[in-house]
Amino acid sequence: MARLSPDNVVLAKEIISRYPLPKSALIPLCHLAQEQDGYLTEEAMAHIAELVNVTPAEVLGTASFYEMFKMEPVGKYMINICTNIACQLMGGEELLAHAEDKLGIRPGQTTSDGLFTIEDVECIAACTEAPCLQVNYRYEHRISNEQFDQLIDDLRSGKRSDIPEHGTLARIRQHIPEDRRAGSVLPTDSAAPVWIGAEESSNG
Amino acid sequence: MAEIPKIITSRFDYEDSYSIARYEATGGYAALKKALKMTPDAVGEEVKSASLLGRGGAGFPAGTKWGLAPANVWPRYLVVNGDESEPGTYKDRLLMERDPHQLIEGVLLACYAIGCGQAFLYVRGEMALAQERIAAALNEAYAAGYVGKNILGTNFSVDVVLTWGAGAYIVGEETALIESLEGNRGMPRLKPPFFPAAKGLYMQPTIVNNVETLSNLPWIVQNGGEAFAALGAEASRGTRMFAVSGHVKNPGVFEVEYGTTTFRDLIYGHAGGILGDRELKAFIPGGASAPWFYGEHLDIPLEKGTVDRAGSMLGSGAVVVMDETTDAVKACLRVVRFFARESCGKCTPCREGTNWLEKILQRIQDGYGRLSDLELLMDVSDNISPGIAWPPKQTTICPLGPSAVSPIASALQRFRPEFEAKIAMAEQNRQSVPVAFPKAASHA
Repeated sequence: MARLSPDNVVLAKEIISRYPLPKSALIPLCHLAQEQDGYLTEEAMAHIAELVNVTPAEVLGTASFYEMFKMEPVGKYMINICTNIACQLMGGEELLAHAEDKLGIRPGQTTSDGLFTIEDVECIAACTEAPCLQVNYRYEHRISNEQFDQLIDDLRSGKRSDIPEHGTLARIRQHIPEDRRAGSVLPTDSAAPVWIGAEESSNG
Repeated sequence: MAEIPKIITSRFDYEDSYSIARYEATGGYAALKKALKMTPDAVGEEVKSASLLGRGGAGFPAGTKWGLAPANVWPRYLVVNGDESEPGTYKDRLLMERDPHQLIEGVLLACYAIGCGQAFLYVRGEMALAQERIAAALNEAYAAGYVGKNILGTNFSVDVVLTWGAGAYIVGEETALIESLEGNRGMPRLKPPFFPAAKGLYMQPTIVNNVETLSNLPWIVQNGGEAFAALGAEASRGTRMFAVSGHVKNPGVFEVEYGTTTFRDLIYGHAGGILGDRELKAFIPGGASAPWFYGEHLDIPLEKGTVDRAGSMLGSGAVVVMDETTDAVKACLRVVRFFARESCGKCTPCREGTNWLEKILQRIQDGYGRLSDLELLMDVSDNISPGIAWPPKQTTICPLGPSAVSPIASALQRFRPEFEAKIAMAEQNRQSVPVAFPKAASHA
């Protein structure tokens, strides 16, 4: 499956409806496609292009700018190890080296069983918990080599059901109920907002 | 000394701090109710009187920023910058995960005061939990009538839309964030003419505020701008969150009084001092972009103007501590590599320059440096940031390029002998080894 599924098209249309212009939904829709397939396929990008009314090349142009979008399959678990300054000071590079040894792969590579990909990433905003890593964007703090090995064992044996497969980001989605929706404001809606307008008339 | 109130982290100790029940039970949404009985201008004045400096990095006064939107040009948008990525920085994520309703209430207050017809809350892509917490909080807030159409039965209506990125440091720059929100590559726009307050999202007036900045608004509206401005000193009022990381005993994120607390209070007080009671070598006072500080700077207060004048910046409130065992060249290389990787590629001096800076530093670190490299580092730096001064000049559209120059200027000025020692070792090796091929960079 590579185009968005019918269920995901419904979700995609709901996401698009929240923005004044459909192209603003492009990044969230790429995430949706990655959630469906684990990575971003050409067919999905072409489908997104149809949905937001741009060319497939424009979707690729945007998506290829961002680290999180993977154009090829990656492991079920993407392990992002931070080596930026705060983590480097606390052993982040040594943790990365240990991960490479443990899994027999280099950053950017995937284990032959398709379970793990490791990446050497930039700061993930858990600096006081260094060295830290994320598995599919879920945090693990102050990780020792032993804890890393345990993490790998737990992931292999399915003990970490709290971590979804790669591609799934937020598992809670925004949903605006129809009766509560204020409505998108188009850039051409040039009237003053009513609460501002009312105030001006009361002042005048 | 009077007890300093917790303004933005007051609910952090509750396990359910992110739920609407806890938020309402602890005074949440009272400021919104109060504001809706005031005129939008009066709410804006209250915020202005707080002298709230933006907490994203540049430290621009929030009230003044709001006033930059041209009069009677509609619609206006509010964009919340939750793309926290500056190395060392770790506070917006906590505010989004632990108190999302406080942020949402801040967003509503800003929209009401400025007249924004729609708000977009842009969360960094890698922050899955923050996205979940904000999505859940927005769903709760819509159901309770705080967000959306006719908020609390008034004629104030605004949709707050959760949106999220996909991994790009540069998107923290406000015009790049707007590009990203329009579905494009996150490349900064040229200022002028594209100051967001005048021409931002969809070329309409757009106020871009940081998560921590907006999280202060409920307290300010509830307690008054004057009460906020009574805390702190000089230009730096209220409280502020600082993350202290690196070689300290008790790393953490601390909400402290802005303007009066010193670096010594933070590093040796709140963070418990240096690991192993070793000596301090250097510290980064405000995120990776900031020039480094040293022991003689410890008694400087966390006050924007004072820190600026001392030759660095408080930036995003990130203090990274390096003890005496730190390899200055290695640390400098790591920070520079970050900027090289994150350069968006739009401006040549940054795209090419940061990568050359990384390569030169890498070869010095790997033992293949040349005597001419130190001058070369300064020469390339000068092409990105002419004069290598503080505050930096730039040959680029945004400050990312000059940010890569900060650690080099700092480390070379202070720890030049460490660079020279590595190069001397390399020179010696060259004499004893007939042909030396640089080994592959460890990050290739």
